[in-house]
Amino acid sequence: MAVVETRSLTKVFKEGTLGAVNDVSLATGEGEFLVFLGPSGSGKTTLLRMIAGLETPTSGAILIGGRDVTNLSPRERRIAMVFQSYALYPHLSVYNNIAFPLKAQKVPRDQHRKKVEWAAGLLGIGALLDRKPRELSGGERQRVALARAIVREPAVFLLDEPLSNLDAKLRTSARAELEQFQKRVGTTTIYVTHDQVEAMAMGDRVVVMDKGRVRQTGTPAEVYDEPADTFVATFLGSPPMNLVSGGGTITGFRPEHFLPALALADPGSVPMRFTFSHEEYLGAERILYGTLADGAFAGSKAVSRIASTHAGRFAKDSTYDFAVEKGRLKLFDAATGIRKA
Amino acid sequence: MSARSGDRWLGPAMFLPAIAYILALVGVPLVLAVLYAFSDARIGTSGIHLVGFENFRSVLESPSFRKAIRNSIVFTLSAQAIVILCSNVLAMALEKPFRGRGLVRFVILLPWVAPVSLGTIGWKWILDSIYSVITWVLVALHVYKPYAAPMWLGEPRLAMASVVLVHCWRLIPFSTVIMLAGRTAIPKEIPEAAAIDGAGFWRTLFQINLPMMTPILSVAVLFGIIFTFTDMTVVYILTAGGPFDSTQTLPSLAFATGIAGSDLAAGAAISLFLVPVLVGVAYLMLRVAHRTEVV
Repeated sequence: MAVVETRSLTKVFKEGTLGAVNDVSLATGEGEFLVFLGPSGSGKTTLLRMIAGLETPTSGAILIGGRDVTNLSPRERRIAMVFQSYALYPHLSVYNNIAFPLKAQKVPRDQHRKKVEWAAGLLGIGALLDRKPRELSGGERQRVALARAIVREPAVFLLDEPLSNLDAKLRTSARAELEQFQKRVGTTTIYVTHDQVEAMAMGDRVVVMDKGRVRQTGTPAEVYDEPADTFVATFLGSPPMNLVSGGGTITGFRPEHFLPALALADPGSVPMRFTFSHEEYLGAERILYGTLADGAFAGSKAVSRIASTHAGRFAKDSTYDFAVEKGRLKLFDAATGIRKA
Repeated sequence: MSARSGDRWLGPAMFLPAIAYILALVGVPLVLAVLYAFSDARIGTSGIHLVGFENFRSVLESPSFRKAIRNSIVFTLSAQAIVILCSNVLAMALEKPFRGRGLVRFVILLPWVAPVSLGTIGWKWILDSIYSVITWVLVALHVYKPYAAPMWLGEPRLAMASVVLVHCWRLIPFSTVIMLAGRTAIPKEIPEAAAIDGAGFWRTLFQINLPMMTPILSVAVLFGIIFTFTDMTVVYILTAGGPFDSTQTLPSLAFATGIAGSDLAAGAAISLFLVPVLVGVAYLMLRVAHRTEVV
């Protein structure tokens, strides 16, 4: 177990250009599941690779378990990594893939079988030990990669989009399994993804990144309910938060809080007039698209997300009474996008 | 109907030139060589008079032939070992981008582009007993006294070493290009995963990179064996097999006996001893190619 900490970590690939990672300082908790979330090009993978020792930082420091590892090679960092492509050794059997870190770390040979069987058992791949990676399905490969990571009991797990090569159905079950697995072994884990559902579902905390900078760090509920700026507000949530501007301020509210006025009993809610344009029916819910009518935000696009159990019918180009609870309104600075209230 | 009959004839018609080419340039000489090997043909004789295994018997008894077989094996194996080692090192050095990499790659490829005979003639002068620049440099550095310097092509061991090294000079570029292709084909996450798993340079090289390059490595080795085992240009130009047959290989002996010595029958018999080795190599090559396709 160990805590990973970065101090003002920066990586500039080409001199004179904007860094891929800029001045990132963060720290994991003991045994925490920390997720780096961001769009592609946000620097999350570069940050992870620097922690792994695969990229050399331009400046800043990395500490693992309180030890400065900035200039140490990957093998000296006591980390394990699962790659997006799994990076299994294609010429080795599953057994030898899992045993490879043991050999490389010079673990006494007589312990290999026991440890490999323990790791394989933990992931339910005990029956596959004689196969070659090419004979495995995507899900099985992912487990082999995890078994190879866990076998030498590393201080930290680094996972780079390990679920993105699985099909949608398998991804959901693998996500739950991975989460359970991490809780069971209790190893500090850093997980990189661009998928907000994965981040919200698995992370103890989420680090939202954009353009090489950390925009916000917090629990899934914090980053979703109390976004630090307009980037976080719109990156998380599908459909994203409604942002309407007026009077030097951007006002944000989530589609699921923007409801027909009748559905809101709270007398303190803020009324808004909504001109309906079209609707998407998604089974459990309905997404209503339209614009706000009259008031300071007239003409701004807005989206409402209501349960399919809501019986209301909406006609194109008609205007209806909608409302948002007062506490659900988030205010951002119009110039910087930073949260004001 | 006409389209169908067209189909029937078009395929074979397209094939015909290739078949004619192979028959004329490979098939006929091979049959002729086998025929000569069992006859007493000499340059200038007409008609074929078969003598059974007489040629093979006399060839096997000759000390020159045994020496040539031994030399061929030494020549092929040592040249291949050096080529594989050097081309791997070069491929590793040339893999990562650096300033001037394109120029270095070009320079390394040059020996392969130059005609073998011209390149070898250049080496003949470099290694010459009187005009050798190597000797000149060594004398200037006071390593050797003038007139006591080694005769690169005149002493049996040095001559063999020279022939092997010139051959390596010629084969390394080709092998390097193949190795470079092999290394580039390894996804970069795999050595990265090995580094994180705790493997150092040698373990990554011998347990990850080289095994993953096996198919392409075997292609390089098999091609190299064919090029080396059948080569006579380098030997013929540098030493013509001498001194005292110390650099004579099977192809050069076959040439010396059959063409220069005008004993066609004995020359053909000697060259037929190349066949089993080449058949073996060809078989292995086809197997490697097949395995690479299947995977």
